[in-house]
Amino acid sequence: MSHIDLSVALDAAAPEAHHHLVTRRTGAVVRTVIERQIAKLAEGSVAVLDFSQIGVLDRSCADEFVAKLVLPLTMERPSRESYVVLVGVSEGHLDAIEAVLEAHRLALVVRFDDGVTHLVGTVSALERQLWECVMARAGAAVEEAAEAVGLALEEAQATLEELVRRRLLRRLDDAFAPLGAPA
Amino acid sequence: MTAVLTVPASLDEAQFESVIEQLAAVPTEAKLLVDARHCRFATPYGLTALLCLAQSRVERPDFAPPEDEQALSYWARAQFFKYAEELYTIRGTVPKRAASGDSDVLLEVTPVNGNEDVQGIVRRIQEKAQQILNTTLDLEPRSTMGFSMTLSEAASNIIEHAGRGGWVMVQRYNWAKRRVGRDVVQIAVCDAGMGFRASLEGSRARALADRWDDQTALEAAVIQGVSRFADPGRGQGIKGMRGWVHRIDGKLTVRSGTARIVPIIPDWDEDVPLQGGLLPFPGAQINVIIPRRMAPP
Repeated sequence: MSHIDLSVALDAAAPEAHHHLVTRRTGAVVRTVIERQIAKLAEGSVAVLDFSQIGVLDRSCADEFVAKLVLPLTMERPSRESYVVLVGVSEGHLDAIEAVLEAHRLALVVRFDDGVTHLVGTVSALERQLWECVMARAGAAVEEAAEAVGLALEEAQATLEELVRRRLLRRLDDAFAPLGAPA
Repeated sequence: MTAVLTVPASLDEAQFESVIEQLAAVPTEAKLLVDARHCRFATPYGLTALLCLAQSRVERPDFAPPEDEQALSYWARAQFFKYAEELYTIRGTVPKRAASGDSDVLLEVTPVNGNEDVQGIVRRIQEKAQQILNTTLDLEPRSTMGFSMTLSEAASNIIEHAGRGGWVMVQRYNWAKRRVGRDVVQIAVCDAGMGFRASLEGSRARALADRWDDQTALEAAVIQGVSRFADPGRGQGIKGMRGWVHRIDGKLTVRSGTARIVPIIPDWDEDVPLQGGLLPFPGAQINVIIPRRMAPP
């Protein structure tokens, strides 16, 4: 996992913003900086974006930064395999992040200050159930996950693959693994 | 021949309509005198809208400042004259610019011309007004961020859509004697740009509409979250403002061209949800009123 302090990235890209992620233009500038940093990471790396020093986050900026950062990673054939986890997210940030993820039907793994990791954004009940199953076990094979949630093997397999495509879980040999710490 | 526009004694959002009414009778290129001599009270909406009025004129208008000492002093502390001097020819003398020591002026009249202005507004509100907002409005931390977010989204609307600069101001009032019965904070964000109808001219909403005017454009933008961009992430700003204002029992009004919409009418006020056929005023004018949080029963 590679930790990226957003306040440092924001200071470098837009010092006049004073740790507030507001306006589309600021969002676009910061996204470009973060995209460059992610591109330098090894294939399959998890970038942990730390919001703990960020003040205000508005929806326009969240759309330009968070949603547009994640969109290309979740395409059917992305140019690289990268994962993003958000940490240090406050309740105030969550409102903007949740809204823009839902607008694009995206989801992200978010670890809150209490250490608990959640899925935020658009996810089906089944996706959430399987994701939580994998998180609780710190990784699971498809047979184990299917049995735990009472699903046919094929359906569990397809849903878990979809969670990997959406960059909410990782493939680890024959099993599926969480991105962040287990719940 | 100079046309005279009389500013009413109390210049708030409702009373500004009387200024628009007088303005409608005057050709755009006519010489204008905006006479505020008898004005004794003005809200952020009134002050910022007066600057928009000057921006919309072909010829630089004249301005007669209030005669009332208190009003004159307040307008100076609110930094109104700092910008009015750039847009109007001021008839008479006005107080020198003074740094606002007035704790009720949470944000003086502030121009919005670009990205840095919005960042500056958010920074100043977070630095200067955070504690006042907490004590005046008793907002929870999440809601305090909602306040800055609302301010930022409304100001961003100017740089994204107006096509020219605008103005922001934030003021605290004690409205104990009014129907709301508690302290409130008012945010006004006004511009004299292209307005919602022109901004959405190339949108899907426009293409699908049987009727297209300021009223339908306002409905599309404010209620349906339509943007001129097809991107599903667009239009989130106004949606976020609306949601936050509703959650904290506030009031949001948006006027553009010949229409006005009030998507959130709280129990403590009465208003018309949607009006068309008003007299025209350029750009977009947003007014937000946030009352102090009520103690749970």
